[in-house]
Amino acid sequence: MTAEATLERQGIDLAKRRSLLIEAGIVAAIALFFIFIVPLLLSGFRLSLMGRFLSLAIVALGIDLIWGYTGLLSLGHGVLFALGGYAIAMHLKLQIPPTASSQLPEFMTLYGVTELPWFWQPFYSFPFSALAVMLIPALLAALLGYLVFRNRIRGVYFSILTQAMTIIFFNFFNGQQKLINGTNGLTDFQTFFGVQVSAPSTQFVFYVVTVLLVVVAYAFCRWLTSGRFGRLLVAIRDDESRVRFSGYDPTGFKVLVFAVSGALAGIAGAMFTLQTGIISPKAMDIAFSIEMVIWVAVGGRASLVGAIIGALLVNFAKSLLSEQFPEVWLFLQGGLFLLVVMVLPSGLVGWLRTRGLELFRQITGKRKLSTYPALEEDPEVEHERKNLGD
Amino acid sequence: MNEKILEIENLTVSFDGFKALNNLNFSMDAGELRVVIGPNGAGKTTFLDVITGKVKPTEGRVLFKGRNLRSYAEHAIAQMGIGRKFQTPRVYLNLTPRENLELSCNRNKRVFPTLFRKTPSAERRTVSGLLETIGLTHKADMKAGLLSHGEKQWLEIGMLVAQSPDLLLVDEPVAGLTDEETFRTGELLLSLAESHSIIVIEHDMEFVHQIARKVTVLHEGTVLCEGTMDEVQHDPRVIEVYLGREVDAEHPVTPLEDALLEPTGTLEVN
Amino acid sequence: MTSILDGIFSGLSIGSILLLAALGLAIVFGLMGVINMAHGELMMLGAYTTYVVQNGFKSLGGVAFEFYIFVALIAAFIVAALVGLVLERGVIRYLYGRPLETLLATWGVSLILQQFVRSVNWVMAIGLVIFCVLFFGGMRLVAKRADFERIRGWAIAILLTLSTAISFLVGYLLAQSFKLAVTQPWFGAQNKDVTAPSWLRGGLPMGAYQLPYARIFIMLLTIACVVGVYLFLQKSPWGLRIRSVTQNRNMSACLGIPTQKVDALTFALGSGLAGVAGCAVSLLGSVGPNTGQNYIVSTFMVVVVGGVGKLEGAVIGALILGILEYVIGTGMLATLTTFQPLVDFFTFFATTSMAKVMVFFLIVVFLQFRPAGLFPQKGRTVDA
Repeated sequence: MTAEATLERQGIDLAKRRSLLIEAGIVAAIALFFIFIVPLLLSGFRLSLMGRFLSLAIVALGIDLIWGYTGLLSLGHGVLFALGGYAIAMHLKLQIPPTASSQLPEFMTLYGVTELPWFWQPFYSFPFSALAVMLIPALLAALLGYLVFRNRIRGVYFSILTQAMTIIFFNFFNGQQKLINGTNGLTDFQTFFGVQVSAPSTQFVFYVVTVLLVVVAYAFCRWLTSGRFGRLLVAIRDDESRVRFSGYDPTGFKVLVFAVSGALAGIAGAMFTLQTGIISPKAMDIAFSIEMVIWVAVGGRASLVGAIIGALLVNFAKSLLSEQFPEVWLFLQGGLFLLVVMVLPSGLVGWLRTRGLELFRQITGKRKLSTYPALEEDPEVEHERKNLGD
Repeated sequence: MNEKILEIENLTVSFDGFKALNNLNFSMDAGELRVVIGPNGAGKTTFLDVITGKVKPTEGRVLFKGRNLRSYAEHAIAQMGIGRKFQTPRVYLNLTPRENLELSCNRNKRVFPTLFRKTPSAERRTVSGLLETIGLTHKADMKAGLLSHGEKQWLEIGMLVAQSPDLLLVDEPVAGLTDEETFRTGELLLSLAESHSIIVIEHDMEFVHQIARKVTVLHEGTVLCEGTMDEVQHDPRVIEVYLGREVDAEHPVTPLEDALLEPTGTLEVN
Repeated sequence: MTSILDGIFSGLSIGSILLLAALGLAIVFGLMGVINMAHGELMMLGAYTTYVVQNGFKSLGGVAFEFYIFVALIAAFIVAALVGLVLERGVIRYLYGRPLETLLATWGVSLILQQFVRSVNWVMAIGLVIFCVLFFGGMRLVAKRADFERIRGWAIAILLTLSTAISFLVGYLLAQSFKLAVTQPWFGAQNKDVTAPSWLRGGLPMGAYQLPYARIFIMLLTIACVVGVYLFLQKSPWGLRIRSVTQNRNMSACLGIPTQKVDALTFALGSGLAGVAGCAVSLLGSVGPNTGQNYIVSTFMVVVVGGVGKLEGAVIGALILGILEYVIGTGMLATLTTFQPLVDFFTFFATTSMAKVMVFFLIVVFLQFRPAGLFPQKGRTVDA
């Protein structure tokens, strides 16, 4: 260990800090752009779509965390998403004006329920509901994750177990008319903190909150994935049993990541519900959960920006295309799955990082000779150049 | 140095009736460097699997510093101070050598400390020192997937050391290395042996000659014999299992040494 | 007594459908580690094939209709196997060693197949045929040129656009000149009814109950399939190759076993079995684009419970799940006890969909004791 190396190390740290600052600046700028400029550019309808899709971007971040970084393909995020949605929806359904004839959500009166079921009681409180939005999906994910990971069940087994979870919850929620209005789901929200949920101003507030939440979620995931913890996730993805022999127990890490990812899905579900005005078991459809994965795949696995971009891109494409040609959309979606997996395995961001950069250089005439590994990047050469001098 | 670091008593491991290890007894002192050899299928890898907890013994027990390892999972055993290097180098290809080492070096391997604790500068220094030892300082920040086979072998040995285990299990460290790399690996292991107990499994007899003090020969899941390299080489039972024929007067046996010193391929096809 | 017998029979009958559906999946998963999300859609194709065959025989009328089911079984097997073969050659073989990606890709295929049966009509079918002829024929011609490797990218791009354009044009012209006759979907999004031949209607009276002939037929069919697959795997030369590749792919390749052919064959076999399952399912009710989706998760669970080591796993897993689902779903457990909370508990789960909830819970509990299923793959190579 020489002083020189310490200096070098400090230099690296400084450079890191600076690039982090730059990144934070860019993120802030984009957030401000979304809050102040985008509403001027888009019509009310498109803006509300943007708000919804941004909340979907939060789930995409969660999926990226668990699939892109840790290599666990969850096909059950629809459930976690829906649980978040239900948690906030239950709170909204309990905003009953004291003058109303019945102090129960209207569907309960319809099904002849006379007393509020016990598990609805705590949702009168907003802090509880807000916590539940995150904690219920996180706890469910943690429980399932613990039971599964503990036994070293992984790979496709994990995927199809989470998929089974999806269909189970779908069945369960579909069947419980009296408790949570079954197939119809919870909808027809009135007020939230005393203001009309459907009023444009309220919706705009939801939009802004969503943008902020995306930023927070991004920062959080960035923090998780950049440090030693993030590297361990990558290590688990690449060679889990090796991680064990290095003295780590992967179970805890996987459970934590799955739970965090679940909490993100819950938040996303809540924001989505607020903006669409409905949450129903349809959100637990098998197809929806797999769709989420494809957003991340399109954007680029193991790239947080990619997850957000993918979610926005795919959803806007979907809303445009399925408005125009509803028949063709499924073909296109199916094709998208095939295309992404077979031709673009690292997604748009991954492609841009490698081929796109090359293409750009080619076009601008700054083409590099592509030797492998590139001559001027070869650290051995660099090292010699630095130490031996010219 | 008479304290036993590893004791194995009457160990049997069977897979579906097939006994990979059969009533094996083994012990080694703290600070010892032991080489384990044996023909294919002798149970060498299973031997390491049992010590590291990947496979649980069907019968018998494994004591590490006097503690029975049976009820511990792999990661717990690793934390107790047993490190393992695999036959084919298993490093994290998408991480840089520095990150690889930092992960192994991390003292507190539970979830939340890993997440929240900052890497202490002492660990950073250890990592830099190790990078220098294994000759990867200038490649410290490129992906490990780009390293050559030999560099990966060394990186994995580095990761092993970063764990600072008391007992190192090294499975074929020189497979696929050039002669010079092999020699340097031997030197490295010898220098490590000054402060660690090491078990090396190897086929390359020249290499075994370079590092061996005491050799254990495994055959069909049991210890065939134990002793210095010389003793082992002239043990008729060893000659028999390696050459696969009866020792009799009419067919004088080629001295084992010749056979063993041939290119490894003749003895062991991996 | 009869109620218990009836329970066992119905459970076995559900289980045999599950088994029929899971059989192909289990073989493919065992061999290639690939979960085929389009398996359900292959079943659906089998069911639609049955529907088509039935219509054909209906127009023949008379005695022939009574035996259409056997033709349908064979046709369903062939159609599904061919689609499976195309799927393997066209998609899956590029994704070996990446099971999660395969999952996503086959899901994409399943979406396409679903929409395909909804909207397929003459225009689409003809367009598709023209496209295939032009594109693949063209590629074959171009491939003969010496500088093929160099111009490959361009050739694909040009041929793709050209053949797409031509087939669209032809489709458009057809649609303009023949109107509804060619643009009407063959099947549409609605469910189609398959009429079982008269000898499969009705049932065998057993005391107060009736054992439907259709279900008995399905059970016999399942037994025939399991025995057939077993014999194929154990006695035929290709079966031996499949087993050897299942155990050790690299070693088999070294011994000169054409692993690619084995993969393709196995996948086709698995898909064909799905087609047979679809044919069987169509006897129980109507056929729709979502037919496959209803079965797919349950069949996955069969594979999880059974383990991938042996065929027996799929058999026992399917039967156990079938019986459990039936016993819980009909509330039979509630009649066994008089302890009130327990009765309430069991009646809460006494619907078909709630029974699935309970069964899933039981599966997760089961996996705590047997993480690798009933018949795990053993040996030290499993978790390298």
